[in-house]
Amino acid sequence: MKYVDEFRNSDVAAAMLCEIAKLAAALDKPVNIMEVCGSHTMAIARHGIREALPANINLISGPGCPVCVTEAGYIDAAVELGKQGVVPATFGDMLNVPGSKSSLAKFRAEGGRVEICYSPDSAVELAEKAPNTQIVFLAVGFETTVGPAVSVIDSSINKNLGNLSILTAFKQIMPALEALSSDPEIRIDSFLCPAHVSAIIGADAYKPFAEKYRIPCVIAGFEPLDILYGIIGILKQIQAGTATVENQYSRVVKAEGNVRARSFINTYLETADAWWRGIGIIPQSGLSLRQEFENYDAAVRFDVKIQRGDQDKRCQCGNVLKGKIRPDQCGMFANVCTPENPVGPCMVSSEGTCAAYFKYGRVIG
Amino acid sequence: MEEKIQLAHGGGGKLSARLIKDEILSRFGNGPLHSLPDAAELPLDAKKIIYSTDSFVVSPYFFPGGNIGELSVYGTVNDVCVAGGRPQWLSLALIIEEGFPLDDLRRILDSTADAAKRCGVTVVTGDTKVVQKGNCDGIYMNTSGIGVKVAGLELGRQRIRPGDAVIVSGTIGEHGFAVLAARNGIRTGEGLVSDCGPLNGLLEQAAPFGDKVKFMRDPTRGGVAAVLNEIVENMEFGIELKQNAVPVSEEVRSVSEMLGIDPLNVACEGRMILICDPSAADGILSGFRSLPEGKDACVIGTVGGIAGTVTMKTITGVSRLIDLPSGELLPRIC
Repeated sequence: MKYVDEFRNSDVAAAMLCEIAKLAAALDKPVNIMEVCGSHTMAIARHGIREALPANINLISGPGCPVCVTEAGYIDAAVELGKQGVVPATFGDMLNVPGSKSSLAKFRAEGGRVEICYSPDSAVELAEKAPNTQIVFLAVGFETTVGPAVSVIDSSINKNLGNLSILTAFKQIMPALEALSSDPEIRIDSFLCPAHVSAIIGADAYKPFAEKYRIPCVIAGFEPLDILYGIIGILKQIQAGTATVENQYSRVVKAEGNVRARSFINTYLETADAWWRGIGIIPQSGLSLRQEFENYDAAVRFDVKIQRGDQDKRCQCGNVLKGKIRPDQCGMFANVCTPENPVGPCMVSSEGTCAAYFKYGRVIG
Repeated sequence: MEEKIQLAHGGGGKLSARLIKDEILSRFGNGPLHSLPDAAELPLDAKKIIYSTDSFVVSPYFFPGGNIGELSVYGTVNDVCVAGGRPQWLSLALIIEEGFPLDDLRRILDSTADAAKRCGVTVVTGDTKVVQKGNCDGIYMNTSGIGVKVAGLELGRQRIRPGDAVIVSGTIGEHGFAVLAARNGIRTGEGLVSDCGPLNGLLEQAAPFGDKVKFMRDPTRGGVAAVLNEIVENMEFGIELKQNAVPVSEEVRSVSEMLGIDPLNVACEGRMILICDPSAADGILSGFRSLPEGKDACVIGTVGGIAGTVTMKTITGVSRLIDLPSGELLPRIC
């Protein structure tokens, strides 16, 4: 398949791993690289990249999966909406995320109605087909999914649909990188920057950050060779003592990003504080509907509150998301907490760090 | 006006009689079903029969590459085949929702009859029920199948030994992805169609290899990964898959990359996993490849490795676990 097979060649992978081994040996110190994108996390696990790296190169999975950083109170609010007779429409990943008392899957099993969408367009179609039913699209995600999610509002306005709104839990990546880099308990030497988020915000968006914190930032694609090449780029910067933004995913990411998408988003949304599950409030890291569109905010329309705070005290997802522990260092991993019976959000989403470890990483030498 | 199924079609009166005569007997009435007995009397010389049943609730009931009718034949025929039975007789039961379009029923029964003919099985008994609107989603079907045990085949995972070859009869995941795409309006182009089809031709190719064939299974719900994990569970051996050896069509790859669903976890309805002594692998492969439904057959791995696990070498040379899928991946695909 074009643009896939070229980036999954095992001979090239072996050559790249060889180069990484040489660079790592020359550095002769531990290097912590954090990826902040769920698709990177999955690709690293699926292709066994973490295990193939030299011992002093640590890949740490950061808070890159939007489902994982969505607070329990958000799920509670979605279930509450469902109980009011409003129909939540959501990507399937949200179904099993535990709220404080229930989940959308449990709500559905008890006879509640939840619609699974593979695209935000499906929510618009649902609303058009059932004008007497209030549909709420669960608008969760980073910059990549914000645009399509906001298009639900755009359609709702243009098609004059009185029965379609969104419940927002949007996140922005740059404030999260700043928060992680300012945390004295965490030592990150470099970021492997996300592919599709960068397509929206642009490679230049990382520049002030890289300069301020003196941290190399390398934007890489999702294929295994993309990721290995990204690691080579990072190690070379660390060796040279530089801290710049390197865009290796130029086949998709432009320096300025997607200006049109950002302008579209800005029409409807403004920056706001956001609560990250396991991390807490990160100032200015969210996006909420501008006041003139607040009637399309399901929380306002149906007077539902999203309670802040994390619920299960045993859950270590926060420390996993910050890279302080690996999933298998959590006492509940793979015994109490499994994909079938998740305690924390990192086990729920297919792109969650714990789910990736569980699915791919439990064996093997 | 479009003709629709009414409750009276299942009520035992005139409408029922007409439905059975016009729609069922016209298609299946050549054999023992002709006189509409409550039960079929079947002649049998064999010492062992293989008997299986399956219900079909697929949504949508028409999907790219097939419909619930042919699926209900192949599903049961294939279960009989992979247990080492040569399928002969089938029962056919319909549960139809009031208001179901009669033309849809005709299309479904046409392909049911075609599928039975293709497999060489006779529908010998059956039943039709109509339920009130809302009590079923269009149409549900159930079939049971009886086959005669093929002499010389001794199948069972306890016969599997390290070094045995793991064969798949064709590209995987088409059925599950075709149904998923049809149900959710995912545009995939023309190429993505269900693989639903019969396995009895493949059974005949494998049969001459006798006890060198150790195990056969059709990878339906849960896909190839589920079948392989069931095989190794609590066993002294594991299964190691070769990197990039599992055949996957371009269409399935595109959808699987887009949705992030591994084709190894997605159902097939016309494929066979076969495990055999390595000395028989080439012969079975060339037999499979002589049939259209087996043209992409290949060896995907070997029995061995870590006991109780299914693993695959990745491009970085590291082995990763191929686990059972969890949760609700694709409900109501068959």
